[in-house]
Amino acid sequence: MSNKQKSKPNKTQLTDDVIRLGVDVGGTNTDAVLICGHHVLASTKQTTTDNIYQGIENAVTDVLQQAGLSSEEIDFCMIGTTQFTNAFVQRRELNDVAIIRLGLPTAKALPPLTGWPQSMLDSFKQQVFMFPGGHHFNGAVNSDFSEVLLDPVIENILANSLSSVAISAVFSPINQEFELRAKQYLLTHCPDISVSMSHEIGRVGIIERENSTIMNASLAKLAERVVNAFETSLAKLNIKAPLYITQNDGTLMTADAVRQFPVMTFASGPTNSMRGAAFLSGQQEAIVADIGGTTTDIGMLMQGFPRESSMHVDIGGVRTNFRMPDIIATGLGGGSICDPVKGTVGPQSVGYLLKEKAISFGGEILTATDCALTRDPAFIKEAKPELVTLKAAQLAPINQAINKLISQGIDEIKTSRAKVPLILVGGGHILVHETPAGISEIIRPQYAEVANAIGASIGMVSGDIDQIFDYDDLQRDESLELAKQMAIKAAIVAGAIPDTVSILDIQEMPLSYIKGQATRIRIRATGQLFLTSQRAC
Amino acid sequence: MNLTLNDLEDYARGAALLGAGGGGDPYIGRLLAEEAIKTYGAPRIISAQELDDDAVIISVAMIGAPTVLIEKACSGDDIDLLIKAMEARLGKPIDALMPIEIGGVNSCLPLVAAARTGLPLVNCDGMGRAFPGLEMVTFNVYGCDISPVVMTDEHNNQVVIDTDSAAKAEKFARSVVGEMGLSAMLSCYPLNGKQLKKWGVHGTMTLALELGQSIRLGRNGDNAVQALLSALNQTDYYSPARLLLTGKVVDVERVTRDGFSFGHCLVQSFDGEKEVNLSFQNEFLSAKSQDTFLATVPDIIAVVDSDNAEPITAETIRFGQRVCVIATSVPELMRTPEALAIFGPRCFGLDTDYLPTTTK
Repeated sequence: MSNKQKSKPNKTQLTDDVIRLGVDVGGTNTDAVLICGHHVLASTKQTTTDNIYQGIENAVTDVLQQAGLSSEEIDFCMIGTTQFTNAFVQRRELNDVAIIRLGLPTAKALPPLTGWPQSMLDSFKQQVFMFPGGHHFNGAVNSDFSEVLLDPVIENILANSLSSVAISAVFSPINQEFELRAKQYLLTHCPDISVSMSHEIGRVGIIERENSTIMNASLAKLAERVVNAFETSLAKLNIKAPLYITQNDGTLMTADAVRQFPVMTFASGPTNSMRGAAFLSGQQEAIVADIGGTTTDIGMLMQGFPRESSMHVDIGGVRTNFRMPDIIATGLGGGSICDPVKGTVGPQSVGYLLKEKAISFGGEILTATDCALTRDPAFIKEAKPELVTLKAAQLAPINQAINKLISQGIDEIKTSRAKVPLILVGGGHILVHETPAGISEIIRPQYAEVANAIGASIGMVSGDIDQIFDYDDLQRDESLELAKQMAIKAAIVAGAIPDTVSILDIQEMPLSYIKGQATRIRIRATGQLFLTSQRAC
Repeated sequence: MNLTLNDLEDYARGAALLGAGGGGDPYIGRLLAEEAIKTYGAPRIISAQELDDDAVIISVAMIGAPTVLIEKACSGDDIDLLIKAMEARLGKPIDALMPIEIGGVNSCLPLVAAARTGLPLVNCDGMGRAFPGLEMVTFNVYGCDISPVVMTDEHNNQVVIDTDSAAKAEKFARSVVGEMGLSAMLSCYPLNGKQLKKWGVHGTMTLALELGQSIRLGRNGDNAVQALLSALNQTDYYSPARLLLTGKVVDVERVTRDGFSFGHCLVQSFDGEKEVNLSFQNEFLSAKSQDTFLATVPDIIAVVDSDNAEPITAETIRFGQRVCVIATSVPELMRTPEALAIFGPRCFGLDTDYLPTTTK
């Protein structure tokens, strides 16, 4: 990956009088914040309820009361959720899918679902169809596609009452024509089905892109249910503002887009906490450590967005090539259990039971938080660090072990030798005491414990392109310009205010092993969300 | 030797190590092999000694851009056609198949071919590692003819290249692959049993599997990299194997020229005191400390994750990774003056003679 270019920083522009509600629905807590411009008006942490919607209602009611606002005054609602990731990983509530691949004879030896774990295949029904179609890397037709090929699929859909279809065509990120034509034909005959097209979901790499498309199609019914329920719970609270849901790169999707692309919400959690850290600290280039009860996620902010992972990501044992934040997760958290004899810490943790089990809270287990409190006793008001009776000589190796874990993660995630700030979010930030190597300063922003909900509330909208250009056909400058315009257009289509759209990232990847000038270009544009609430009209 | 579905992950991991940083992502090769074995059954793997001297053996490989291979994979029919076309050209039936390159994706494609055709697969290859050019093969070094070179694609196109120069064949093949959509199936160096027994690098499929297993099993112990090094040092081919440096990748630079990915990568020890500079052309070519060469081609220079010993390709190496740089010897056939004239350091523009690894 050479020639990585960066445009000027794209600051989050937030209009001062717009009121945003951010909600993060986590496994343990449902957090909510109200934000006006750059000010946090109110924040809360509530327990996630079994039906999750009660937790949302509790949290939202609380922040509205704190801020003294009425529900009509909210302009935007943003929700971050792990519902879809969890459903897929836990193999529950997945619907049956008809899978269509257009590309024969290409890739015939690698049919759809190759490499899926059997238990995943058993968790929903799949019907696979492979037909001619697809394109070459340069967009030329690979083999001809004809709509009538799909007639047996239509029969099957009708006979088995299937409701969801996944379509992937060879090199569809380069040329979408066949996927679009197939979708249109299917919808003409089966207007009620939902159709997932691979070019809208993944990038070059047939098996990973197709996997993501099938995952998406298997979540179609759940997406409908969850989004409906979000809307119902907001309607109950008399909130009429448009609803957005955060996706894995920190940008927003409309509720309708989530009905179509539930898979895009995968891994939005770490992204939201990093985006929240950027907002709270005002930093655009920094390392973020989100220290929870059991684990710490360390990531790198570049221009206010998490750096993307270059690795393949397995979800529920299925390989994908999503845009995912590059995160180093370590088994260290506020609840990590310490062994004073061996001088070790974690990975076992008391987790969310910290305030019952830790010594400083009257419990009997020595946790990382107890050790940290002996250094900085004022960090947690209700704690009693004097209950920790260990001697300094016993604490020192544990604190060293904690520092080492954090320093290693930081060092691994860093992109250059230059010193950068470290932003600490999450309840366990007290574990970091000394400034680790390679860090210019430690920032502990206010509201750090609800960074996720804040990250959700400030989401931007983005447009991406990922295509191979041949500089022999179209010169490099013209190719790049064309690609930029396509990304900007995609951002505007996604709901960005045209004036605020700028190019966030450009990557040029010359195709190795090949003579000539074929180059893959990936560009992302982002912009501020268009204000569509009644107040703005 | 037997290779079952459960072995494929280890085999592909070992092949990635022997790929010396190149050879393409073996993941797609592993998936193709998995699918072929599920459908057609596991291929029979034999040693060259089981073949008659006049038996006909051909190689099966993929050529092109790894970026395109991950989208096009192969159709299977293109592999069948490749074998048929070669058979027609030779005018005699083929008795066995072989990998030409044990490193990377080309370690797995012959498994697909053998499973589909039922032909036995010979436990050997032509380099004991991966190399960027068709001419960089023991068979070329020791005078076996590269021609005919057959290339096929999934649209039933076939091209036969006849030339008396392996280097020329490499150039023709790169042009043809462009017309075939940037990835194609390729067979070259058709051999008889006598040639193969004499000039093949034998047992490398077993070695790839065993090295992959050692890495996996090593993860249960304290030090996966050390486990890998001891496994390498127990082999005839790759011993002595040395750990050049453990450290962090602090710089990576890549340029693409003439259809290859060139570049260098700097690894620095954790205390910041030692550095190793790796150069690569698809595969790692040399390891240098300051101005001193520590290892060069044809020895294998491999980069593995310092924690779990997973091999890392030059294509995916990135800043911040914690790695071990390993250098191993190569089979004797690959270290003779004739061999070094084809793939010694000077063939890659390195200003040094080959420095054999002599100590662990």
